[in-house]
Amino acid sequence: MASHVVANTWTLTKIRVLLAMRNRTFLFFSLFMPLGFLFFFVMVFSKGDSPWTAFILGSILTMTVMGSFWGLSVQLVTFRETGILRRFRLAPVGAGPMLASSILANYILVVPSAAIEILVTKWVLHMQSWGNLWAMFLLITVGSAAFSAFGLIVASVTNTMQETQVINQIIWTAFLFLSGATVPLARFPHWIQGASLFIPATYLATGLQFAATNLATLGEIATDFAALALGLVVAFEISRQLFRWEPEAKVPGRAKLWVLAALIPFVAFGIYENVAGHRLNRVRQDFQMLDSRDAPAPPSDVH
Amino acid sequence: MPEPIIAVEGLFKSYNSNGVTVEAVRGLSFAVQEGEVFGLLGPNGAGKTTTVEILEGMRTPDRGTARVCGLDPEKAGAEFKQKIGAVLQSTSLPDKLRVKEALDLFANFYTSRADTESLLKRFQLEEKRNAFYSHLSGGQKQRLALAMALVNNPQVVFLDEPTAGLDPQVRREIYDIIAELRKDKKTVLITTHYIEEAERLCDRVAIVDYGRIIKTGSPRELKHSSAGTTRIEVRLARPLTNGVLSTLEGVADCRDFDGTYVLHSTLPPRTIVALVKHLEAENNELQSLEMFSPSLEDVFIELTGRRLRD
Repeated sequence: MASHVVANTWTLTKIRVLLAMRNRTFLFFSLFMPLGFLFFFVMVFSKGDSPWTAFILGSILTMTVMGSFWGLSVQLVTFRETGILRRFRLAPVGAGPMLASSILANYILVVPSAAIEILVTKWVLHMQSWGNLWAMFLLITVGSAAFSAFGLIVASVTNTMQETQVINQIIWTAFLFLSGATVPLARFPHWIQGASLFIPATYLATGLQFAATNLATLGEIATDFAALALGLVVAFEISRQLFRWEPEAKVPGRAKLWVLAALIPFVAFGIYENVAGHRLNRVRQDFQMLDSRDAPAPPSDVH
Repeated sequence: MPEPIIAVEGLFKSYNSNGVTVEAVRGLSFAVQEGEVFGLLGPNGAGKTTTVEILEGMRTPDRGTARVCGLDPEKAGAEFKQKIGAVLQSTSLPDKLRVKEALDLFANFYTSRADTESLLKRFQLEEKRNAFYSHLSGGQKQRLALAMALVNNPQVVFLDEPTAGLDPQVRREIYDIIAELRKDKKTVLITTHYIEEAERLCDRVAIVDYGRIIKTGSPRELKHSSAGTTRIEVRLARPLTNGVLSTLEGVADCRDFDGTYVLHSTLPPRTIVALVKHLEAENNELQSLEMFSPSLEDVFIELTGRRLRD
């Protein structure tokens, strides 16, 4: 039985990877667009080989990983609306392998994109060091899976593609602008910084930025990793419970409350970090350190 | 009598649509023997698809029992799915999936696997093996759906309106494929609203209307059980009242279906002569006249007072 589940998951994973590789839109959004942003941000905000290049790499990696959220929710709703899921339902394939394969396939596709971004930043954009590659790898792995699972929850609680796009847009905007992925978190007022600790994307963004700039050790990203891993487990189980094969099987309003359950780990981590944690202090200090490396030298005394 | 491979007893299923309860299936019972091609014939909305989807394990009945291959379709899970194959009425595959990939993908889910190369050949899809699903015609998609229903060498095959919306030539191709399944002694449950399909392909047919079976038997038995009349369909230049036509010689029954008068006659030549005389006397004209030997459509009209396509 278990071997069947594993075999079906792997069979579905392979075909999903194949289908994604044939999808030009996917290639554009997952590979070419992040690379375009990388070049643009480095040219505009980074001066030569300053540490900012590495910081920007962290942000771009965050966007690449978070893209899983948008892609998977849209894909699952499309599959349901067009009746593709119904066909799979006839076969001896359960909801678990269907969902797990989409997460796994997405991970297999995200890793090469992230690797290309790191290599381009190092070799073409002259990043000074490699950053903490192990920390980056771990965060990309757990982040990709967690954000995929968040996308699957959205797909499970929305009834139409239109609804999915609206909810995705709202969540995506919050993830992008309040997590530090675009505007460095330390630049925000303190109350926004406090609020950002309740957002899953913050753990990914700050973790990847400081892994890329080599300011974090493997141990220092443990909280980021734990928050995302816990979020993944909860989100996967909720999406499995709410999974629907049929387009006409509408989700009842109260089931949407389950989405709030997916946020519980981040509420807990947010409260902890706001009350007893040192994350924000670390973020501010690290940011100051980056900023000071970049600042012009103070004028010498004139005698 | 051996144990039926499909046994349905007192099946009920209703849906709630915008606060209105619609009873799709109302106490359906039937049994299908192994190797039999059994048809559910009825108009759209008769409850055929709901019944088949209950038998495929995709819907839960409100009441009643359904057993396929000795298993409860809803509860038996993967073990049950290993034994059945199906063509759904509405389904799809990813656009960029190739024909051969689709067959191999689905074959991989089963413990018993048919040779996908042979299936390509049998369903005339060899030339399209590398074509994307989105590039296939309606007929090719349906042939692929049929091939996919057989990738696991199923004991029972469910075909839900397998030729709906296809042009006549493709429909005939699909008939040939189903006839082959019949030759292979596969158990097939087919739903249709095409008379020709039921008459040509099924060993036995259940006529379904408003969620109930109103008659079951072989197509021959059903036709013989009807009044044995010939159906005459006429269109006239000016409408008449039904009452007049039903008084013509030999007419057993006459109904008006949107300007087409359908007469059932025990003496067709005399009825036609009487009709022509009557029209001449009334200064009316025949626009068209068609005659049909007794069919399942006539049985349906006799039993329900409606045509299948209504």
